[in-house]
Amino acid sequence: MSSMGRRHSLADISYALVIGGLATLALLIIVAPVVIVLMTSFTEGRSLKFPPTGFSLQWYEALFDPSKSRQIHRAATNTLEVAAWSTLIGVVLATLASLGLARSRGRLARVADGLFMSPLVLPGLTFGLAALMYFTMIGLRPSLNLIIAGHMIVTVPFILRTTTASLSQLDPALNDSSQSLGASWLYTLRRVTLPLIAPGIFAGAFLAFMASVDNVPVSLFLSTARTDMLPIRMWGMMESTLDPRIAAVSGVLIAAAFLLMLLMEWTVGLTRRMRD
Amino acid sequence: MTVIPSAARDLSLGQPGGWFRLREGQLALPLALAFLSLFLAPLLMLCGVSFFEDDKITRPGLGTWAKFLGDPFTWKVIGDTLLLGVKAVITTMILGYPLALVFMDAGPRLQKVLIFVIVMPLLLSVVVRTFAWIVILGREGVINQALLGLGLISEPLKLLQTELGLVISLTQIEMPLMLLPLISVMSRLDPNLRDASAALGASRWRTLFTVIVPLSMPGLVAGCLLVFASATTAFISQTVIGGVRLIYLPLLIWQQSLVVFNWPLAAVASLTLLISVLSVVGALSWLGRRSGGYVHG
Repeated sequence: MSSMGRRHSLADISYALVIGGLATLALLIIVAPVVIVLMTSFTEGRSLKFPPTGFSLQWYEALFDPSKSRQIHRAATNTLEVAAWSTLIGVVLATLASLGLARSRGRLARVADGLFMSPLVLPGLTFGLAALMYFTMIGLRPSLNLIIAGHMIVTVPFILRTTTASLSQLDPALNDSSQSLGASWLYTLRRVTLPLIAPGIFAGAFLAFMASVDNVPVSLFLSTARTDMLPIRMWGMMESTLDPRIAAVSGVLIAAAFLLMLLMEWTVGLTRRMRD
Repeated sequence: MTVIPSAARDLSLGQPGGWFRLREGQLALPLALAFLSLFLAPLLMLCGVSFFEDDKITRPGLGTWAKFLGDPFTWKVIGDTLLLGVKAVITTMILGYPLALVFMDAGPRLQKVLIFVIVMPLLLSVVVRTFAWIVILGREGVINQALLGLGLISEPLKLLQTELGLVISLTQIEMPLMLLPLISVMSRLDPNLRDASAALGASRWRTLFTVIVPLSMPGLVAGCLLVFASATTAFISQTVIGGVRLIYLPLLIWQQSLVVFNWPLAAVASLTLLISVLSVVGALSWLGRRSGGYVHG
């Protein structure tokens, strides 16, 4: 009896050591790079060494200087503009589509749903290249509008997924009672359905916006020197000689991601939504 | 009161029975049109271009496919790309699964912190995460400084532009994709199952392999799918950390389309990427469905 107990506790100790050790290593490997980038961005030196020498804001000053970093600023503005428009258009189209498909069980509805979700599994590079060939061959010149269209396609599944999930949790009796009390479809939509699924739409819009800001495969093919996008510019800053301002850009993006994350957690409970 | 089948319900805008009647399913039409003109049409054109033999796109034929698939170099690149995905899946699984186990056993407060830490990198640009690894793996980077400082090496190790460095970086970059589906499935497991297993005398290891792993299989398969699909197509990480001498399909597509301007070859290469990634993903999700449970992406 006692020997069996010891064997179990030995197994428990080895379990705690191995699982705990690997989990700690996983946490370390997730967190350390973010901390290291933040620390490096405040270096006093001319290169990105770690540990950084001294403390200074020189790379942030260089980054925010409009004359020195005009290209980066334009790329950042383009990126935000594209993300805002592609998310806005995506929200309208995806909300309509989920309202239309939520209660259909037909074959056509299933095909449509599969089609709308397919950008999630399709390699982005294949779509990016296809879009470049298509727009060029039908005679469209590169512009931000084309990038907005491309980003809308690859980010719309995020909005569809969260909106459809909210709709499926909606009690159909609410809809029916509103209509049987004489409310028109539009009135019911405005006063009953939309307010109830708004958190779902909002969470999806947030994910879509972030995915657009982060998008590489579509922007890689559709952006040009005139319609530069931030991730592509940052790639350029890493590819040739390592431009230390990229540490400052990263610092800004880390701070933004952190704040947005807190904001979303408080407003719609993003992590709970992503776990479900 | 008769029940109207929902899908066929008429939507009357304004007065019931008003002049403007619309079937509910038609609300999906605008998005369907957008997908036809901006998604399906480009992909069809890509397929079309792949069946031309010259870079001016004038001579139709199977020549480009034949040339591409007849070249042993192509097969090496395809193999390397898929192998890179497999390696990233293995490393994220070895580190991610224990973290998911710890998450499952943690109290609600620790869970909140952990999920914040896990999701945060996902919201952080892939370019930033890639850049972090240049700082860590470079000649003057964290790892080399530490090893030199400890006197373990006399010369800086070359970690950038090696596959080892790339796999280490992808482990962190893709980790959230492994963790989120795992956590989603594991947090729905009934804790009584583990208690029952322990009460019946099973060690924690035995409970892990006979109870938890089989039940969390759908999450594990979903995580593997996401990591594989993402790591094989991670253009920025592959080019910046792997460098130009490690050639994977994404780099090949970029070179052929935007440097050499051989569009038919680029189309063939990108369709090859599509087919090889999707067939592995399809096989994995088929296995996942067979193992019980369903895969949700």
